Amino acid sequence: MSYAATHLGRVAGLFGEHVVLVGISLIVALAIAVPLGIVAARNARAATVILGITGMLYTVPSLALLALLVAVLGLGTTTAVVALVVYAQMILVRGVVAGLHGVDPALVDAARGLGYTARQSLLKVELPTALPVILGGVRVASVSLIALATIAAWINAGGLGTLIFEGIRSYNTDKIVAGALAAAVLAIAADLALRACERAVRA
Amino acid sequence: MELRDVGVRYQSAAAPAVDGVALTIDAGQFAVLLGPSGCGKSTLLRTINRLVEPTAGTVLIDGVDVRERDATQLRRGIGYVIQAVGLFPHYTVADNVAVVPRLLGWDDARIRRRVDELLALVGLDPARYRARKPRRLSGGEAQRVGVARALAAEPRVLLMDEPFAAVDAIVRASLQEEIARVHRELGTTIVFVTHDVDEALRLADRIVVMNAGRVVQAAPPHELLAHPADDFVRELVGVDEQTRRLVAERPLVERQ
Repeated sequence: MSYAATHLGRVAGLFGEHVVLVGISLIVALAIAVPLGIVAARNARAATVILGITGMLYTVPSLALLALLVAVLGLGTTTAVVALVVYAQMILVRGVVAGLHGVDPALVDAARGLGYTARQSLLKVELPTALPVILGGVRVASVSLIALATIAAWINAGGLGTLIFEGIRSYNTDKIVAGALAAAVLAIAADLALRACERAVRA
Repeated sequence: MELRDVGVRYQSAAAPAVDGVALTIDAGQFAVLLGPSGCGKSTLLRTINRLVEPTAGTVLIDGVDVRERDATQLRRGIGYVIQAVGLFPHYTVADNVAVVPRLLGWDDARIRRRVDELLALVGLDPARYRARKPRRLSGGEAQRVGVARALAAEPRVLLMDEPFAAVDAIVRASLQEEIARVHRELGTTIVFVTHDVDEALRLADRIVVMNAGRVVQAAPPHELLAHPADDFVRELVGVDEQTRRLVAERPLVERQ
């Protein structure tokens, strides 16, 4: 812990980078996953394709994916964001599909019968009712991305992984521990915060 | 309301779910579609608000083919109550009742007044229930809210699909009284689906007995009991001579 104590400013800065990296990735990932999930929830054939592709991408080893992306996009934060977005898809899309499939059919029947358009039913009834399950997906995805984002330092994307890789290179255990612990703290905090959100929307 | 040779055939099914139903329901009538499960009564009901599109025939309301109207607009003018109630869990009771008035763009003051009026109409104290979430309601209370929601925008037609089948006998009896009273007070045309003969006899001005997608007999309750059209109806109403006389002489719910 001595590294974190003596270099608090640097650790905090990298912590901030990590949060931004994961945050941006999650937002972009959600912007893609929610529409994909809606399509997959409504159309069985689309679901097979979408879940098949996202599932396949998820099985690509993270280092290999980063290496491949570097070949195309070069080093840097953008490449890391793309990798994280790709990884999050499988978890997030599954969350959206599970959430929408879990909506009580009676709610949809009532919504349509009362005169909601299909779009209004989706936005005002189905998505809000599916929200706890969707947020569950966001929680699992964010914890995974926080872990994965440490590897992104390997392609110069910054974040807490920077400490870990520097520590490995210079045999500085304190540095490694500082980076790993800070990432773990962030993951636990994100998990707790999103659990609280889930409870709030469920109530 | 007029159903002209309405038929519904699902693609995968061998036999049509609804087969050549011709039926006229007068304004202000309490019509009950009665029959065993799978007889097509719910499907027929759902052709009226176009949740199911008939594959044959036409449904006319006030002489206008429902297919000529926008389905969403049509449904906003027709109340709809289902067995599972389907209250939106993330809305309060008041917001649930206000769904259709909001869709129709009523102003807030009018909506608030209407919500209180309706909760009172279905026997719920507005001050106590307005701000509650549906999960804090009993089954009977939830269905009262369901009825209030269906009546919110003063529809002239109310469709009810086994609305009281999921509550216990005592609550069901009080809900039946409630809906009979609402019908008397508002004069709304009600089409009510049930498999419960007693419920049909209690509520209906006219009972439409269905079997295997067809109408077997459409008649006022006393006539149905006195002159069942065939063995199916006789067995369905399942009454001996004595009970038949009792029911015919003393309707359980007084009518105008």
